[in-house]
Amino acid sequence: MLKIENLHANVEDKKILKGINLQVNAGEVHAIMGPNGSGKSTLANVLSGRDGYTVTEGNILFENDSILELDPEERAWAGIFLAFQYPVEIPGVNNVYLLKAAVNAIRENRGEPPLDAVEFLALVKEKMKLVKMKEDLLNRSVNEGFSGGEKKRNEIFQMAVLEPKLGILDETDSGLDIDALKIVSEGVNHLRSDDRAFILVTHYQRLLDYIKPDFVHVLSDGKIIKSGGPELALELEDKGYDWVKDEAQAA
Amino acid sequence: MSNNTEHYLADHERLQDKLEKNWLSEKRLSALSGFEQNGFPNTRQENWKYTDVRAIARGDFTATSDAEVSISHEEIANIRFNDLDCYELTFVNGKFRHDLSQLEGLPEGVIVCDLAEAIEKYENLVSANMTNEAESNVSSFTALNTAFVQHGAFIYLPKKVVLEKPINLLYLAKDQETNFAAHPRNVIVMESQSSAVVIESYIGLDDSQYFTNAVSDLSLAAAARLDHYKVQQESMNSYHIGYLKAQQHKDSYLESHSISLGGAIVRNDIHSQLDAAGAEIVMNGLYMTSGKQHVDNHTRVDHLKPHTLSTENYRGVLNDRSRAVFNGKVIVHKDAQKIEAHQNNANLLLSDDAEIDTKPELEIYADDVKCSHGATVGQLDKDMLFYLRSRAIDEDTARSLLTFAFAEEVISKIKLAPIRHRLEYLVVGQLPDADLIREFTNE
Repeated sequence: MLKIENLHANVEDKKILKGINLQVNAGEVHAIMGPNGSGKSTLANVLSGRDGYTVTEGNILFENDSILELDPEERAWAGIFLAFQYPVEIPGVNNVYLLKAAVNAIRENRGEPPLDAVEFLALVKEKMKLVKMKEDLLNRSVNEGFSGGEKKRNEIFQMAVLEPKLGILDETDSGLDIDALKIVSEGVNHLRSDDRAFILVTHYQRLLDYIKPDFVHVLSDGKIIKSGGPELALELEDKGYDWVKDEAQAA
Repeated sequence: MSNNTEHYLADHERLQDKLEKNWLSEKRLSALSGFEQNGFPNTRQENWKYTDVRAIARGDFTATSDAEVSISHEEIANIRFNDLDCYELTFVNGKFRHDLSQLEGLPEGVIVCDLAEAIEKYENLVSANMTNEAESNVSSFTALNTAFVQHGAFIYLPKKVVLEKPINLLYLAKDQETNFAAHPRNVIVMESQSSAVVIESYIGLDDSQYFTNAVSDLSLAAAARLDHYKVQQESMNSYHIGYLKAQQHKDSYLESHSISLGGAIVRNDIHSQLDAAGAEIVMNGLYMTSGKQHVDNHTRVDHLKPHTLSTENYRGVLNDRSRAVFNGKVIVHKDAQKIEAHQNNANLLLSDDAEIDTKPELEIYADDVKCSHGATVGQLDKDMLFYLRSRAIDEDTARSLLTFAFAEEVISKIKLAPIRHRLEYLVVGQLPDADLIREFTNE
């Protein structure tokens, strides 16, 4: 589904990603872990096409086509979804209208007819239960006045409605208490399927107690320096990141 | 000093025979001579520093025309506030049109009529409540208005009368053969504890060139409440100068919403005098400019007495090579303690060539007051844009949506739903991808 080849990327002339290789197949959950400043969030942003990140070398293939030249909305149409680390508040833009426009933009690009109000509402109601979204949040401005937990839940709720092929979760666990973390994780687990993949970007192993990854990768200084199964995350939790770095340097 | 004042003197001379001879005749003449003395404002005057009105002065606009302009009821229906049930006074090219007005069912004692009629019938009420153009802060445009004063709205609410239905004043412009000047004058008198909603709509029905020079005199007695809307949609080739003066007594409440969308050169002035405790004014404003439009909003609040309140929130959306000016003056007079004055002006520049000059002006001569002010100028927020685009919204739509959301902050404060919806409709109409945005705003 996703193939990242020797990806190098800069932020304002500063080299952040220095040759990332990663293959994500449909049905898989990959966790990208690493210390602060290792380039985790940059990777998430580059994948979703944010301005200000320049790819200097390498390629990103999504379903065999390069997406480097695609705008963020074109990536969304193709089925890539980014759950933000810091979801922005957008006063004056209604949460549920945004979602309806998003759903129908994606459907239009798939050559499907738009959902009418009734169909859309049914979809929304069903997905709200997934993340236990409060109904009054729906008709508020996007994220405006939401608590930290509500913002993250809203991200997962949007993902559930938009049903992407690839979900990228950028530090979704940060700032969540244990109850919120459980709800968010349940939502993600519910969305796991054979034709959908996830990339979980996280600093801590905690999230992985609830969303069990198939693969864990350690990102350090812009490169993946170690990959393994879920047990790698536990090892990192125990011993920190330094030993992986030392091991990589020795190699 | 002469800067094209001769034209107006001659025009006034020409009209002498047509205007009714009455108690106003002398006032008109003295206003004319005041105008002659001062001429048009110029950019050397602090109040007009950023707004050059030479194009208006050179326009040689001519007052009143006898030509009957044909306007159908359907044409008016299109520009009405959808399902708003209201009284209506309609003026076409400055002239009152009884045939297009609707005044059925006014409660007893309430007067809503053409000013020309009120000048004849209610001399005392009219003369006592017209702004004196000789006041130092009043521009010579107001004097010019007085010199030609004839049509406009006269509204009188007796004590304790709450008028349920809004009054819509429709000023329409159409089919101007000559460069036409309209000098509408609205005199609104509210006795104590009365309440009303008044809408002034200025609408150009085609792209003709004309000059509207409107003055509104508002007088609010104790505990009177007025919700005042001004919706300016003049033709893009026209000039609009509007001056609103409010005299506010004890515990009176004035809510002013001013929406400026049209006009080539536009200047809106609001001046409120809060002259007894408990008097309060709330000013909301929105200006949206494009092309080479120039829109200037000046407001001034005099806190003359303790315990008076003012709140102002103006927003601007500027595109292309347009230019806007905001100047919010608050004067807290000596011993006007315990007042509150809050002001904010936010601007969104959608183009590198657009320009805004924004200036809060606070003059405080009391020491126990709460005042705040803020002005911002910015572009669309990059993080918000990316967020929307990552949610499958294309860039143009995302930009329009955020622009609308910015303007909506002002519009959402309008309580009357038909007016709010109409304004949302109009504002969205100014944006690219209007149809897409409309889907978002359908309630």
